[in-house]
Amino acid sequence: MLRRVLLSPAGFVGLLLLLMIVGMALSAGYFFPKGPWALVARPYMWPGQRPGLLFGTDSLGRDILAAIFYGSRVSLIVGLVATVCALAVGITVGSIAGYFGRGVDAVLMRITDAFQTIPGFLFAIVLVSILSPSVTNIVIAIAVVSWPPVARLTRAEVLRVRETEYVQSCKIIGMSTPRIILTQVLPNSLSPVIVVAAVLVATAIITEAGLSFLGLGDPNVMSWGTLINVGRPSIRSTWFICVLPGLFVVMTVLALNLLGDAINDALNPHFRKR
Amino acid sequence: MNRHLLNYLGWRLLQSLVVITIVVIGSFMLLHLVPGDMVDVLGGQRGDMDAELMATLRTRYGLDQPMLVQLFNYVTGVLQGDLGYSFRNSNTVLSLVLQRLPATILLVVCSVAVAVFIGTLAGVFAARHVHRPIDVIISMVVLVFYATPVFMTGLGLVIIFSVKLKLLPVGGLITPGVDMTTLQLVGDVAQHLILPVLSLSLFYIAIYARLARASMLQVLNQDYIRTAYAKGLGTSHVIIGHALRNALLPVVTMVGLQIAELFGGAVLTETIFSLPGVGRLAYDSVFERDYPLILGVLLVCSFVIILVNLIIDLIYTLLDPRVEVSR
Repeated sequence: MLRRVLLSPAGFVGLLLLLMIVGMALSAGYFFPKGPWALVARPYMWPGQRPGLLFGTDSLGRDILAAIFYGSRVSLIVGLVATVCALAVGITVGSIAGYFGRGVDAVLMRITDAFQTIPGFLFAIVLVSILSPSVTNIVIAIAVVSWPPVARLTRAEVLRVRETEYVQSCKIIGMSTPRIILTQVLPNSLSPVIVVAAVLVATAIITEAGLSFLGLGDPNVMSWGTLINVGRPSIRSTWFICVLPGLFVVMTVLALNLLGDAINDALNPHFRKR
Repeated sequence: MNRHLLNYLGWRLLQSLVVITIVVIGSFMLLHLVPGDMVDVLGGQRGDMDAELMATLRTRYGLDQPMLVQLFNYVTGVLQGDLGYSFRNSNTVLSLVLQRLPATILLVVCSVAVAVFIGTLAGVFAARHVHRPIDVIISMVVLVFYATPVFMTGLGLVIIFSVKLKLLPVGGLITPGVDMTTLQLVGDVAQHLILPVLSLSLFYIAIYARLARASMLQVLNQDYIRTAYAKGLGTSHVIIGHALRNALLPVVTMVGLQIAELFGGAVLTETIFSLPGVGRLAYDSVFERDYPLILGVLLVCSFVIILVNLIIDLIYTLLDPRVEVSR
C-alpha cells in the first residue's frame, strides 16, 4: 500500500513536499536560534535586498524566512492534533449511531446536522473569541467544526459492516458489544475515513491560517496566518510579506491533497483509471 | 407521486425544525460560556451602575431566573424573531443582521452561480478530452485552485487587479458620493463584486470541475449514451441533453453541502474587500466583544442555510424524478 502511494506521481510529489515542510519545522531552531520574533534588520526590506535575508523583513524588521520556518511548526501541529481530535469524536459518534441505530441514531444524527448547518469558519471564530485565542483553543475550535463529516462517513460504513455475517456470528457467540465494535466493526469500516484524514489536516491548516489572518491567532506563537495579517496593511507596496507565507500555506495544502488522492487511489484500485 | 412528495417535504420540514431547535439551544449554551452577562456589559459601558441597579436590571431581563427558565425564554424569543439587543450598536440584533444580509446573499449567490457554471464547463470539457494535454492542464490548475485558501486568493487578486493594474476597485460595494442612475448603479455594484466573487468562487470552481469531470466520465460510459449516439443524435445534443443532466446531480448535492462553508468564506472575503455583509458584521462584533450580535449572525446564517437546503432538495427531485423520497 505504501509502495503504491509512492509509485504514483501525485503521492511522490505530495510526500516530498510534505517532508520538506516537516524538515523546516524540525530545523527551525537550528537555522534560526534567535527565534521568529528577533529584530534583525530595517523593516520592509525586499527579498534578496541584503544577503542572508532571503525573504526580506516584515513591518518590524523581523526575518520573514525565520517566521516561515517557525510557522510551519504551528501549522503542522494544529493540523495534526485538530484532525486527531476530530477523528476521535467523529468515529465515536458515527460508530455508536451506526451500530445502535433507531433512537440513538436519530438523536446523534440530528445533532450532527445542527453542527453541519452552522457555517464552520464563523463557528470557529465565535468559539475562539469566546474561549480566548490560544493554540489549544484554536485546536478545540477546529475539531468542533470538523468532526461531522467523519461521523457521517463512519456511520455509513458501520451500517454496511453491521449486517455482515461475521458480525452476526460474533453476536451469536456472545461477544460483548464494545468488543464487537472495537475489534470487528471499526477495523473494517475505517479505510474511507483514512482518506478523509489527509483532507482534514489540510482544512485545519487553512482554518488556522484564516483565524490568524483575522487577528484571532495565538499572540504567543508565530504562524503563517499571523505573518499574512502583519503584512496586510502594507499590501500596496510590500506585498511579499503576505504572499510568501501564503505560498507556503498553498504548498502544504497541495501536498496533503496530493497525498490524499494517492492514498485514495491505492485503496480503490478500480477507480485508478479515471 | 404528489402525495409521496408532500410526505417527503413534511418529513424534511420536521427534521429542519429539530435541527433549528438544537442550533438555538447550542447558541444559548455558548452565550452562557461567555464570562459576564448582558448587565455586566451595560455596566461596563456606563461605568456608574451600583449593585442595586444591576440587580434590578437582572430581574427585569429575567437573568436571575433558573437556567431552564432562561433557556425557555430564549428559545421562545428566538422563534418569535427576538435575537437580543446589541448595546454597542443601540439596536436590535435582528435588524442589524437583516440590514447586512442582502450584501452577503448577493455575494454568495453570485459565487455559487459562477462556481457551478465555470466549474461544470471546465469539468465537462476535461471529460470530453480525457487524458489529452488540455485535460492535464485543467486538472493541474484545478489542483492549485483547490489548495488556495479564500483569503490568499482575495489578497492575490487585490494585488494584481487593484494595486498593480488599477483596473478594479479595492473594496466596498458602491462608489460613495456619486449620483447614479439605476443602470449605472448596477454596473458599479457589479464592478465592485468581480474580485470578491472571484476570490470566493475559485475554490468551488475547483471542486465542481473535479466532480463534473468524474461524474461526466462515469455517465459517458452508460448504455443510454451509446443508444443516444446510435439513434443519430448530434454530439452536443447527447452531451447537454443526456449526459450533463445526469452528471449535474452530484454537483447539486455538493452545492447543498457547501452552502454553509460559503457563508464562512464570506467572512474572509467581506473583511478583505470591506463589503457591508454579515461576515464583516461578525468580524467587527468579535473585536467589540458583542456576543449577542455574533450569535445572532450565526443563527440567521443557519436559518438561511437550512432554507437553502430545503430548496435544493426540491430542485433535486425536479432534476431527477427517480430520487427516492422515502427519507
